[in-house]
Amino acid sequence: MQLLRRLAIASATGLLLYGIGLWLQDGLIEYVQRIVLLAGINVILAVGLNLINGTTGQFSIGHAGFMAVGAYGAAFFGVKLGPVVERLLGPGVVANAVTFNAALLIGAALAGLTGLLVGAPSLRLRGDYLAVVTLGFGEIIRISFNNAHFLGAATGYFGDTPAGLPAYTSFFWVYAWAIAIVILIRNLTFSQTGRSLAAIREDEIAAEAMATPTTRLKVLAFSISAASAGIAGGLFAYMQSGIRPEDFRFDKSIDMIVMIIIGGLGSISGAIVGGIFVAVTLELMRDLQQYRLVLYALLLIIIMLVRPEGLLGSRELSTAIRARFKRAKVAK
Amino acid sequence: MSTFLQQILNGLSLGSIYALIALGYTMVYGILKLINFAHGEVFMIGAYAGYFAALGLGVQTYGTAGFPLYLALTVLVIAMAVAAMLGVAIEFLAYRPVRSAPRLTPLITAIGVSLFLQNAAMLAFTPNPRPYPPILREVRFELGGVIVTNVKLTIFVVAIALMVGLNWFIQRTWTGKAMRAVSTNMDAARLMGIDTDRIIRATFAVGSALAAAGGILFGLDQITINPLMGMLTGLKAFVAAVLGGIGNIRGAVLGGLLIGLAEQMTAGYLSPDYRDAITFVILIIILMLRPEGLLGVVRPEKV
Repeated sequence: MQLLRRLAIASATGLLLYGIGLWLQDGLIEYVQRIVLLAGINVILAVGLNLINGTTGQFSIGHAGFMAVGAYGAAFFGVKLGPVVERLLGPGVVANAVTFNAALLIGAALAGLTGLLVGAPSLRLRGDYLAVVTLGFGEIIRISFNNAHFLGAATGYFGDTPAGLPAYTSFFWVYAWAIAIVILIRNLTFSQTGRSLAAIREDEIAAEAMATPTTRLKVLAFSISAASAGIAGGLFAYMQSGIRPEDFRFDKSIDMIVMIIIGGLGSISGAIVGGIFVAVTLELMRDLQQYRLVLYALLLIIIMLVRPEGLLGSRELSTAIRARFKRAKVAK
Repeated sequence: MSTFLQQILNGLSLGSIYALIALGYTMVYGILKLINFAHGEVFMIGAYAGYFAALGLGVQTYGTAGFPLYLALTVLVIAMAVAAMLGVAIEFLAYRPVRSAPRLTPLITAIGVSLFLQNAAMLAFTPNPRPYPPILREVRFELGGVIVTNVKLTIFVVAIALMVGLNWFIQRTWTGKAMRAVSTNMDAARLMGIDTDRIIRATFAVGSALAAAGGILFGLDQITINPLMGMLTGLKAFVAAVLGGIGNIRGAVLGGLLIGLAEQMTAGYLSPDYRDAITFVILIIILMLRPEGLLGVVRPEKV
């Protein structure tokens, strides 16, 4: 019965997404459509980064690197996989969907694996080492792509044909993945494992004394976080005709950190709000491009000095609204 | 053989610059347990301060005669003073208000300060690299098949002189003694009547001044400077501090020299493409095998 209900909810959501997607395609200019897609991708990035930076309290400042691995992985294997799938299923929407999602999953797996390689040695120690290691590795990953000739080096990767990468990324897929990842990470956060992650954030020594396998859980959270950045990277890659190493500079990691800090570290709904906020303000500030990072930096410092817990703190939007309702009832 | 000696010489002069910067990281970490991400940017601003000071003192007018030594030293002192003030200002405005906050808050603040200085510098100085003024005329001479320049030698000598001076300061002066006390146990130091705020301020001033000296030497060595130079160099210097054992002053010097040598050897014998990567390979290895660093001691974690 429960399974049936869930299936019904899932297919209703799918239909709704599909409908909104169709409506957006006709109703909105391309510029606005792009912002809507970017907002969805940002939500995935923010919710994923929040798992390690917010919930677990370990600070990564190189997530653009994992996004790059996901993007290049999805683009490269998608291009190679496309003809094979078409031969099996015949060209059409189904073949495209299969290729696209398989490519995204491959990209995510590669990004998660990279996360494992980077995280395993540095997460054994106190969290701030992770900040330095991720910063360094984010740069190294970008420089490696800059020198990888089979991936187009500095000019970027545009697939094998002059048309560039196929435009698989649509409203439906972006938001389907965003919803799936938000639900996955929400369930993880409120599970027993999630409680252990929060315990690590609050007091690592006490958590360890309570027999929490701290290193294993930190590495797990970090890999999941890297893998979701990889999904976002794949969606980002198929949104345009190609990807370049400079799309994944250090600035991108900072954008992600701003997203989760504005919303409040440790809050999933905060990360969602922050992701959308950054997508919109980035477009509004397009003319102020060279001032953007100065403003972001000031914003970071001021939030830390004035309200270090961010807009929502570690609360969720749903609990905040419920509490408001309760208080109103009592007042009556 | 002579190429090998050449690499050693270049590595030592580059490494002594890293060592100067690493000292600032290690001193601040020793006292506040904070990775001062803005330190690389203090190094960059120090280089720019030296640049403008040299131009202001009319380095261009001296031509082939060369810049007099007393003016070159003035440039060094001006840059170190500017950086010291910047370091103290950063500590006062950004780090002091969050000193007692949870660990993540000062870390994010430090990242914010670093980003702010980087981008403010890009707006103020333009992102284009600038040729560093010839504070020192280059003189080349050969010594047993090795090309030695007076610039490389000066870098090495100035860096060593500053480090010896720092050692004297830490070991022999009252303030240095207080710094060691605060780094061992801040609360106990305060109970003994040490003004911890003043000592933290002094630590930032000394560390930043050393970074500025490193900035000028870096400008002389690499010929150009740019607003983003602090990021990678700062990271390498931080790795040097971790390699030597973070919080340990002699370790920072040793780590800096080793990183400089490793970088030159990689560039010389493997490929210049990997010169930046080797630092992080070293970091990963040291984190896996000996996370307390070469000269660090293992301290049990306190609850």
